[in-house]
Amino acid sequence: MDLSAVERIESARVAHITSNAKPAKVLARDVNVHYGDKHALKDVNVEIPDRGVMAFIGPSGCGKSTFLRCINRMNDTISTCHVTGKITIDNQDIYDPSLDVVQLRARVGMVFQKPNPFPKSIYDNVAYGPSIHGLTANKAEMDEIVQTSLEKAALWNEVKDRLKDSGTSLSGGQQQRLCIARAIAVNPDIILMDEPCSALDPIATAKVETLIDELRTNYCIIIVTHSMQQAARVSQRTAFFHLGTLVEEDSTQTIFSNPKDQRTQDYITGRFG
Amino acid sequence: MTDTASSLQAPRALRRAIPPDEAAARVKRRYASERLFKRLGFGALAVTAVFLVTLLTAIIVKSLPAFTEHRAVLDVLVDASIVDPDGKRDPNVLRAADYGSLTRTAIAAAIPGIEGRTPRKALNGLISSGAGDDVRTQVLANPNIIGTTIKTPLLFSADVDLYLKDDAIRQTTLPGAFDLTPSGLNGEITLTAVQPDAFSQLIKDLEQAGVARDADAGAHVLTPRDASRMISLNGGMVKIEKVTPTTVTGPALLPLTSVDTAKANAWAQLIYEQPESRRRVTDQEAVFIDKLKSSGAIERGFNFRFFTSGDSREPELAGIKGALFGTALTLLVTLALCLPIGVLAAIYLEEFAPKNRLTDIIEVNINNLAAVPSIVFGLLGLAVFLNYFNLPRSAPLVGGLVLALLVLPTIIIAARAAIKAVPPSIREAAIGLGASQQQAVFHHVLPLAMPGIMTGTIIGMAHALGETAPLLMIGMVAFIVDVPSTVTDAATVLPVQIYLWSDLPEAAFQQRTAAAIVVLLGFLFAMNGAAIWLRNKFERRW
Repeated sequence: MDLSAVERIESARVAHITSNAKPAKVLARDVNVHYGDKHALKDVNVEIPDRGVMAFIGPSGCGKSTFLRCINRMNDTISTCHVTGKITIDNQDIYDPSLDVVQLRARVGMVFQKPNPFPKSIYDNVAYGPSIHGLTANKAEMDEIVQTSLEKAALWNEVKDRLKDSGTSLSGGQQQRLCIARAIAVNPDIILMDEPCSALDPIATAKVETLIDELRTNYCIIIVTHSMQQAARVSQRTAFFHLGTLVEEDSTQTIFSNPKDQRTQDYITGRFG
Repeated sequence: MTDTASSLQAPRALRRAIPPDEAAARVKRRYASERLFKRLGFGALAVTAVFLVTLLTAIIVKSLPAFTEHRAVLDVLVDASIVDPDGKRDPNVLRAADYGSLTRTAIAAAIPGIEGRTPRKALNGLISSGAGDDVRTQVLANPNIIGTTIKTPLLFSADVDLYLKDDAIRQTTLPGAFDLTPSGLNGEITLTAVQPDAFSQLIKDLEQAGVARDADAGAHVLTPRDASRMISLNGGMVKIEKVTPTTVTGPALLPLTSVDTAKANAWAQLIYEQPESRRRVTDQEAVFIDKLKSSGAIERGFNFRFFTSGDSREPELAGIKGALFGTALTLLVTLALCLPIGVLAAIYLEEFAPKNRLTDIIEVNINNLAAVPSIVFGLLGLAVFLNYFNLPRSAPLVGGLVLALLVLPTIIIAARAAIKAVPPSIREAAIGLGASQQQAVFHHVLPLAMPGIMTGTIIGMAHALGETAPLLMIGMVAFIVDVPSTVTDAATVLPVQIYLWSDLPEAAFQQRTAAAIVVLLGFLFAMNGAAIWLRNKFERRW
């Protein structure tokens, strides 16, 4: 393939992106991830629009969580992990050596599979992010951030009388919403959620899903989920991963009603996975 | 799908029907084996418990006498001509005075009439040489008592103390059955009975005890290897040394008040079952002690001195304060070095160090260091700290440095384990919020690991507290009387003090050894208890 061919493909792709109604918030180009010798993610290309929910689905070990963790460079903490390719957020390369990873993670919040509040008070859990980033000048501002974050996470009414209680004393669903409030408190653009409901019961799951639906008007949310129903309920766009490749990415409706790829078809109809 | 189906069928083909009696036998065998295991486990526990209880009981029983002391409560004349000849109340003069002579005068006044050099020496030897120091302390605290007579307890010497504590000493008294006339008041005295063959019963007793008639002396002669016999009459005490059928001869251990004939029942024979040669106190001393005891001048009290004074050559004056302070200073140095270095090393290795061959080698070597015999660290300390850096010998500073080397691997391993036990989700949560690695560690991981680190540190310190061998190498085994006040003073530590005392021949030091062990064990238990308390109090479940 000569250089002009590459340029042609590139320009076609750019044309595709610009034709899209929403500009891409996150853009991944030829992302490959190796864990030591294991090739976990192969040539992933995807554009994730701002404001909305993007779901990553796929069987276990397909690389969807790995890709999610590339977006806020959580994979940096794994010494054997090696990422190549290019991921940009607002046209800024996040693997640029000059980029400060701390500032990146302040822009890209993350909610984990298992609720992991700090074993500190509810207030301190939410206040921790703003305090390390110096977002507030005084206690009153911090109180306000804590309150609005908890309100946005639909948790304020449940915990407003016991902000000094330990975050671990809450129920599982409340803990997960506390983790979401904690992520929101830093005022990120993007919130990554790695199977946020897999450790929760159906009622708590419904509450978290409602919350995700409310948050999508203000944030770019990327959610990894094992539950296709959940993907169908909360997301506007869905990407299907299989064996480390991104098989198909389209609007959620298209993926679930009229997938182009046979593997997607097999997965959503329950043939495997 | 076919794969699963075939793998399900395979064991079904192998399965055979087990007859009910065979099944019952299998169950029975399983129960029997479980019962056997339970019994073995219980047996092992019981053996351990028996050993532990025996050990502790032996040490505690042995140590108990050391926690009390006997004192003679006597009238002491604080003689101004001895204590303060110029009458200026100059503290330096008061401090330098000869208080021993005051106590000697006091004891001589308590048992009057003692003549001869040997009995006087025995009398003076009853009171500890430290008793004068107690009087000095009183005089310095209150100079107004100079010239007056004070009633004050005077510490007995260790042998007297042991004699008073020894319950095994048995005394029998036989009342006299005939009249007896002494030949004098003091010195060698012959007691003569008017009645012929008056002492035939005594001679019979002596022959039964194995004392034969000495043809040269024409009498039965008692030696220090025989049970001591004495006759108390006319306010004095005569030791029986030679016995003929009508006379008894021996030295007056207590002077008599008259040479009048003592009627039957007015005198008595005293028998000390334990021969003089098997006692630490002579007959002379025993008689003095009994005299003081009968006059009610002996008191028994808690041995505070054991905790408030340093080491001494005199067992009754020896205490563990010096060793305790030495231990405290040494452990302080150890802790000040170990805790920051150990925790920082653990954090670096666990959280920041790249995982490569070098860190692997370091890790293996830390684990190896934890298994190095402690004496090797002592030799290292001798070679490096004393010979190369010329640090002072016997100093808590050097002891602390050596023990720090010894304990460091333990603390690093414990701290790493504690850090590793903090769930990665906490770390991820912090990093996901944009905390730097350092912030994540110091804000979240370290506080959660701290109880584990503290537990490991306390156990490491307890290990250091009981360590003896490396300290011997750096000269902390010296006899040191002064209580150390800085880390460069010569000092010894509790376990080394125990080692030193256990080597001394005096019986009183053996009790003090046991008492010091009890104190050391007390500290160890307290430290381990603190570690357990910390662990339970701060234990978190995620």
